[in-house]
Parts: sequence; C-alpha cells; structure tokens
Amino acid sequence: MSRVLTPVNRVGVDERAAALGRRSIKTTAKRQGIRLAASMIDLTTLEGADTPGKVRNLCAKAVAPGLGLAPVAAVCVYPALVGVAVEAVTGTGVAVASVATGFPSGQTSLDVKVLETREAVAAGAAEIDMVISRDAYLAGDDARVAREISAVKEACGDAHLKVILETAELPTYAHVRHAAELAIAAGADVIKTSTGKAASGATPGVVLVMLEVVRDHLWRTGRVVGVKAAGGVSTTKAALGLLVLVKETLGDEWLTPSRFRIGASSLLNDLLLQYAKLDGGHYGRAEDFSKE
Amino acid sequence: MATVTRAALQWDYAPAPEARDAASLRSSYDLFIGGEWVAPARRVATINPATEEPLAEVGSASASEVAAAVAAARAAAPGWAALAPLERGKYVFRIARLIQERARELAVVESLDGGKPIRESRDVDVPLAAAHFFSYAGWADKLSYALGGRSFAPRGVVGQIIPWNFPLLMAAWKLAPALACGNTAVLKPAETTPLTALLLASICEEAELPPGVVNVVTGDGAAGAALVRAEVDKVAFTGSTAVGKEIACALAGTDVALTLELGGKSANIVFEDAAIDQAVEGIVDGIFFNQGHVCCAGSRLLVQESVAEEVVRKLWARMERLRVGDPLDKNTDVGAINSAAQLERITSLVAAGSREGAERRSISCALPDAGYWFPPTLFLDVAPAHRIAVEEIFGPVVSVMTFRTPREAIERANNSAYGLAAGVWTNNGAQAFSVARELRAGVVWQNTYNRFDPTAAFGGYKESGFGREGGPAGLLPYVRLTV
Amino acid sequence: MRPRRAVAKTYKLYVGGAFVRSESGRSDAVGGVNVPRGSRKDVRDAVKAARGAFAGWSARTAYNRGQVLYRFAEALESRAGELARADGARGEHADAGGGEHADAGGARAGGARGEHTGAGGARADAAADELGAAVDLLVHYAGWTDKLGAVLGGVNPVAGPHLSFSLPEPTGVVAVLAPDAPDVLGLVREVAPCLAAGNTVVALVSRTSPLRPLDLGEIAGVSDIPGGALNLLSGRLDELLAPLCGHRDVNAIVDASGDPSIAATIDELAAETVKRVSRPRPDTDPLTRLEAVLELKTAWHPVDT
Repeated sequence: MSRVLTPVNRVGVDERAAALGRRSIKTTAKRQGIRLAASMIDLTTLEGADTPGKVRNLCAKAVAPGLGLAPVAAVCVYPALVGVAVEAVTGTGVAVASVATGFPSGQTSLDVKVLETREAVAAGAAEIDMVISRDAYLAGDDARVAREISAVKEACGDAHLKVILETAELPTYAHVRHAAELAIAAGADVIKTSTGKAASGATPGVVLVMLEVVRDHLWRTGRVVGVKAAGGVSTTKAALGLLVLVKETLGDEWLTPSRFRIGASSLLNDLLLQYAKLDGGHYGRAEDFSKE
Repeated sequence: MATVTRAALQWDYAPAPEARDAASLRSSYDLFIGGEWVAPARRVATINPATEEPLAEVGSASASEVAAAVAAARAAAPGWAALAPLERGKYVFRIARLIQERARELAVVESLDGGKPIRESRDVDVPLAAAHFFSYAGWADKLSYALGGRSFAPRGVVGQIIPWNFPLLMAAWKLAPALACGNTAVLKPAETTPLTALLLASICEEAELPPGVVNVVTGDGAAGAALVRAEVDKVAFTGSTAVGKEIACALAGTDVALTLELGGKSANIVFEDAAIDQAVEGIVDGIFFNQGHVCCAGSRLLVQESVAEEVVRKLWARMERLRVGDPLDKNTDVGAINSAAQLERITSLVAAGSREGAERRSISCALPDAGYWFPPTLFLDVAPAHRIAVEEIFGPVVSVMTFRTPREAIERANNSAYGLAAGVWTNNGAQAFSVARELRAGVVWQNTYNRFDPTAAFGGYKESGFGREGGPAGLLPYVRLTV
Repeated sequence: MRPRRAVAKTYKLYVGGAFVRSESGRSDAVGGVNVPRGSRKDVRDAVKAARGAFAGWSARTAYNRGQVLYRFAEALESRAGELARADGARGEHADAGGGEHADAGGARAGGARGEHTGAGGARADAAADELGAAVDLLVHYAGWTDKLGAVLGGVNPVAGPHLSFSLPEPTGVVAVLAPDAPDVLGLVREVAPCLAAGNTVVALVSRTSPLRPLDLGEIAGVSDIPGGALNLLSGRLDELLAPLCGHRDVNAIVDASGDPSIAATIDELAAETVKRVSRPRPDTDPLTRLEAVLELKTAWHPVDT
C-alpha cells in the first residue's frame, strides 16, 4: 500500500518557527521559563565511556541542579546503567529513562529490541526511549515500523514509551508528520525528535511539526501524547524558544514535564548561567557550575 | 509521562517594550522644502493611536506651501536630472544605508505614530524600505536596459501621496524609483502618520541630497488635493479607490501622468489538499498583519467545503493566541487601529456583517482602555453579497466563505471590482499555477501570503489601480518615453 | 457584352464575429454610402461580445495568437490591392471635390461598388503604402505574442526562499478610438497590439472614412481571429464616446483619436472604474503600446532550501 503523506509546507513551518523564535523573553518570564525548562529536562548521558561514577554525578545534578532549581524530569542513560541511576534517584521525583532498541541506529532484530527493553524496565527504568527503524521506514515498510513500536510498547509494561523519529534522517517535514502519526497510532506515549547522534536534532521547525501532530491527535481522539525535543538544544535561548513553540501551539496546559521534555546534556549549565545572571546582573562563566 | 507529575505553569511573557528613547521626537516639525525646514502657517498634533497621546506637532500644509514645495522641486529638477546616473544612484544608496543605520529609531517612531507592532516595523517595514532604496539605487545607471532600448527622460517633478498603513515603506516605494530615474519629488505623507516621512527627510538631509530633490509636506487630504493640482508632471497615489478616482478626475484631460495603487478585497483560497497548518498561518498573516490595514489583505477567505471545519477550528485556535496590545511590546502581534476614523469604519462594517446575518466571532482579548482597538474577528456564514464580502474593511476582520470546486473558487475570487492580490493554498503544483493564472489579480501568493520584495512588481488589476511598484516595471511610471 | 449593374454592398458593423446592421436602424451617408450609425446598444453588444471572447482569446497560447495575427496579415495582404483601389478611387474624386473625404460620389462610383476605375498616381501609391504598412504591422505584432513574457516579465530575484516571477497578462476588454486618418493603418496600429497582448477589442473606426475599416472587419472575419475578439463599430464619436468609454466592463481605453478636446471627458469616464487610458501618437513605440494594454502579474511560490 502506498504511503499517503499529509502535505507540510517547509518554508511556512520554518517561517512560523522563526517568528516564534523572535519572541522576547525577559525578566520574570525568563526566570520562570528557565525554571520550567530545567524541570522538563531529561538529563542525558549516552557515551561509550559512561561509567557508574559518571551516571551518579549526573543523577546528583539532576536531583539538585543548583540555584534552588527544582529537580529535572528524568535522567536518561544506556540500559546497562539503569540500575545505577535508579539507585541514585529513588525517592527524589526524578525518573529514570533508558534508551533501548539498538540505540541509536536501531539496526538489530526485533527480538533483541524487545529483550533490551524488558531488561531496562526490569532494572527500574520508568521510561523507554526507542528508535524507529529508519531502514524500514525509508524503504516504505511502515508496517514493520509500527509492528516494532507495538512490540516494544508491550515490552514496556507500565513504563512510558518515547519513540524517537530521528527526524534528521527523514526526507521531509511531511515524513516527520507521517512518522509521528505512525508512532502515535502504534502506541507511543511520547514522540521524540532525535537521538542526538545525527547531523541535526530538535530544530524549531521539526518540533513545531510534531507539536501540530499531537495537537491534531488530541483534537481527534482526546488522547494526550507527549513531545520530547532532543538533540542540539544546548542554550537557554533555544530552550525558551521550545517553550514558546509549545505554549503557542498547544497552550499553557502543555507547559509541564508530563507533556513536554527536553533531552539534553549541556543545556542545564547554560540555564544555570543565565539564571544566575538574572540575579547577579553580570554575565557568568562556565566555571561557575559543575560540568557534571 | 505520568512518571513525572508536576503541575503546568501559567507561563506568560513579561512585558518586553522596545525602548522608546531609541526615538527622540521633537515637539514640533516643520515642512521640508528645498532642503530647508520651513515653518508652516498651521500645525496639528499627530497622536499615538495606542494611547491617544499627542506625539508631536506637524505642519498642515496649505496650498501655497504645497506650491512652494513643488517650485523647489521644479528648481532642483534640471540639476538632478543632469547628474551622472551613477552619482544619482550613490545618493540613493546612501539613503538606504542611513535607513539601516537609523533602523531602531525609525521602527519605534513608526509604531508610535501608526500603532503597528514593533515586531512588524522592525522586521518588515524598515528593512524593506532600506532594501527598496538599495535596489532602485542600482537602477539609476542601468535604466536603458529596463526600458527595452527606448529613449527616455525623467518625468520632472512628481507629486506622491502615500497612505497611513506603511508610512515609511510607501515613501520608499514612491521615492526610490522616482529619484533613480532622475525626478524630483514632493511627498505628502498621510495625515495620521507623518513622522517617519519627516525622519526620512532628515535622512535625505544627512545624505546631502541636493536641496529640493525631495520635499516633504505634511498635511491632510486638502494638501494632497493641492499637490495633485499643482504644477507637477506626474502623480503617484496609494490609498483608497474612492480618492484614486477623484485624483483621476482631477487630472482628466491633462498631460500629468498618473499611477494608482488602490484598494482590494483579496481572496485567500484554501484547497482541501493544502498544508492546512501553514495555510492557517497564511490566513492569519494575510488578514491580521498590520491590523488588516493592508491593501492586499486576504480579507475574503475561500475554503474548500471538505476542509472548512478543520480550517476554521485551527484558524480560531490560532486567532485566540494572537497577542493584541502595546505596539511597542516586542511580543505584540496585533497593534492599535490607526485612527478613530478607521476604527469607526471597521466597527460600522462589522455591525453590517452581523446585521446581514453572518456569524461574528471576535477573540476575547483584553483591550486597553485608551487608544483605538479592534479584536481580531472572523465572520462565518458569509454570503458573497454581504457588504463584508464586497467592501474593503481595512481592519482585522476576515470573511469566511466556502466553495466546492476550483472553478467556483476562481469565479468567486474574480467576482470583485478589485484585483489586487490573492492567495492560493494547494499541494498540487499544477493546480496552484492554473488557479494563479486564472485569477485576475496583480499578485498571487501560492502557499504563502504578504511577501514583498523590491525586485518584484506589485500593483493591481481592475479597480485596484494601475502602474506597478517594484522591479523594472516600477521604473516605467517615472520616465517619459521620448519616442 | 451587355453592360451589367454592380451589386452594391451594404456596410455593416462587425460584432461578435458577425456582420450586423446597427441595432438603431440608422445610418450615415459617408462618401455616398450608407454607413451604419452605431448606437449605445451596439456598443453594449460589442462589449458583451468582447467580454465573451476574452477568456478564450487570452488563454490561447502565444504561438497560436501569433499565428492568428499572421493569418490576419496574410488575409489583408491578399486583399490589399482591393482596399488600396477603393481608397484610390475615392481619393480621385475627393481630390476633385477639394476635400479628402468630402466627396459624396467617389466611393459609390469607385472601388466600393466594384467598378474598376484604374486609379493611379500618387494617391494610389500612398494607399498601397498604407496597406503594406498595415500588413507589416500585423506581422510585427504577430511576432510579439511570444516575446512579451521575456521582455516585460521574468524571475524576480527576491531575498527569501521563494520563486517569484512576473508575467504580463492582457488587461481585458479594450476600447479603441481609432484616428480618422489613416483609416486602415490607424486602426490596425491600435488594434494589433491589443490583440497581440491577448485583449479583446471594441474599436470605433474612422468617423470620416469608415468604409475600408469596415472592410477590414470582413478580412478579420475570414482570418482566424475568433468572433468577438475584434469588434468594429462605425458611428459618431459624440454619440458613442460616453457609452463606450463609460462602459463598466471596459478595462482600458486606447484614445488614438488625436482629438485633445475629448481627452478630459474620456478620462473622467475612465476614472469611474479605474480604466487605463493611453494616448498613443502615430510614432509611439510598439512596446509602449503593448504595455498600455497589459497588466503585470507577480506570482510567489515557496522553495524549500
């Protein structure tokens, strides 16, 4: 069956996203926006060199970011480190998320993906970030993409499933829209832009398209699907820009970590820098905050 | 993500006003005639339509003061026309640069005087004005290429009357080609928005433009009428169709050349296969840009019946997020209505719409107590014969109608005395171009709306006027073809 | 051989591709021939015919329009001698009568009635020259149809992610006030650019020499010019000026009457519906004439970057 794409006009999307990017967020709005953005972060480390020590440091920062900011939403780690993270954040309100399904490429069998998911959940992950099979999607095999999502969703049990579209590898915004709809139909609790390992990540245009998909889905079915912007969101300006996109596409009731997340590793430090500047009145320096 | 339960925040943007001190307005302004600031016999206050507070006193030029400006332009004409074309162009380039250098000041004054959001004056009006001078500056020494090898001379003295919706930009559209072609000009800005034209006069001074090449006489309609009847060689007018017709009559039987850029009731046509979310943005941009004070505003929304419900739902949701208020706030989307008179006109046409049976929906935003405001409004169940579907409202009011087939859409779109612009939203390239071809309108935006560029001709068919501004065609009104 | 009587031709208006008597039933004797005296209702019918023909004519490909105009040139060339003789014959009498168009019997006695009188001399040469020039003008404009877009339009190098282009389109229904003289060349000079640009035309032909211009209608009628694209009315300027120039469905007026005394009236009538008015002189450049009956449409389309 040939794929039917809902048209998306890229220039129009980018113009709208750029216009929203010019919103001026100052003073109290900036202060509140930084707190909000920080609370939405999935503080992430996904490196081959990740160790229990590094994850514990990350968790400490997630629980107490500094400057009186509330804990972030979650930490996001590889499956092997879920146990370490769970131990570090239990009782703090910070969730543990794990990537799974052959992250970041997804080039492995469904059995392995399901097994990896089950292990991560068993280790205590409350959220699973899976990747779609771009090989299948780009070859037009939407059924396989959907089947895998459904299988992983089932393997998640009570854990929430975030489905990474890896939008940088999709041909057009229309495909972003289509893949998002596919993921939602197959059971995604959250649709997520990127792995952070591709050439580009959560660009404002891509996020806008995905927010419009979840809005349309909500209107049609009444079901809330979350959105996670991940990849390349490293500055306060970019993060506040995402909040503007959410606010003006979906409304204030979406300004909560239960509906919108930002996957990031270095963003939190820039938020802290900017937050401190609001109080101190002087521009800060990187050394003022722990990198880990 | 019930895994993390935290309450949603009411996050709103804090006020983000552009610093008003970027513009140091004087308490009063003179007329700019022959390179001098000449005290007028009579002054009137120009007010901030967002607050009704007076901003400055400006001249209300009399017929004799207008005549003096025309005489100054006449005196300057031979020298300006005789200047080496490249040198003439260099002055125009200089004006473009000075506009860029004084961009902040111009944007703030434009928003103060006219009520438009700073976001627009900053991102659209001022940059486009500079771009227009920059583009036409380069034509000064290349005119013969644009004129098909015909021999030509400047018209001489041109009288230019501009409207209040894009005061600086319309001054640029008028002056840039006139100067590039070797004419001298008398510019009459609109009564309610004289300030940026006066700043532009000061920029001409700063650019050391020879005295008399550009003259700015502020005043009301009577000053405009005096300019039309003065000893000018060409009149260029942008404004209402009614006044355009009066000017055409006033010049009947004379040799004075005329170009008119008049009103519109432009159709924005959304087909069922369009990218709906972007179409909705285009609808919003088409009708709420500059409070709908736009001659090419997409004031008639024609939606294919099969997607009408979705489009209207999304449009309404989008409208409810429009931020109406302080024009100087950087987050304002819709500013103040330009004048009490315009507010009255909008209000009365909207009342007619309700009376005639259309369903009115206006967004429930808080409007300031002082100043002139009108909430973004849409009308459903509009019949093509309703006044709100026929007459130019020139305000933030869109009339929604449905159609069933492309043929019906085209016929309805063309069923208007006007023919300025149109929008076509479809993902089918062949349909986009075939509909665009059949629309009797001077500008057709396909899957976009309200795009302007100095290289692209703009102007209307039918009662939307004649002559073009922008591109090589924009030079023609400003030359006399000698054979 | 038994002398025979020539069959006189009844001159008619050319409206909607048909040759019709004036609705008014009136005629004016011009050069001894009864010429239909067009009425305001004839104007109405002609404008209606022109409007009806506009969609089809303007939608023709430029190549096709060019060939149709070329066909018109061919048809005129093939009958140029006949028209020249018509003029020459009338001219001889007119000269004798001391006024160019004053003679009452010339045309009736001459070519218009088909009695070949062997017109010669400078007058005939001038007439032949005029007809030749008219043919050449049609050829010239036949070649314009597919050049307009290149000369007057093009891609606009806009500063943004859009393809923008401007292209000329016909203004619509054009009213032409042809000059009194030269009767044929003066008419062709004004209607040819209108037709080349894709407009449809209602022309008021020479008031003093309407016969050959009406003959031109017959030539148009057997060329491939579609019915209604070119409509020719004879009649009195003072009667037809207001109905024609004031007609709300006329989009442009080409005033080649050469009569400055009617300019203000025309302009005022035009202002009512913002008609475009041009006043070409005999030496006005073809491009300028074309521009006078063309609009420029600018289209924009986003381009993914």
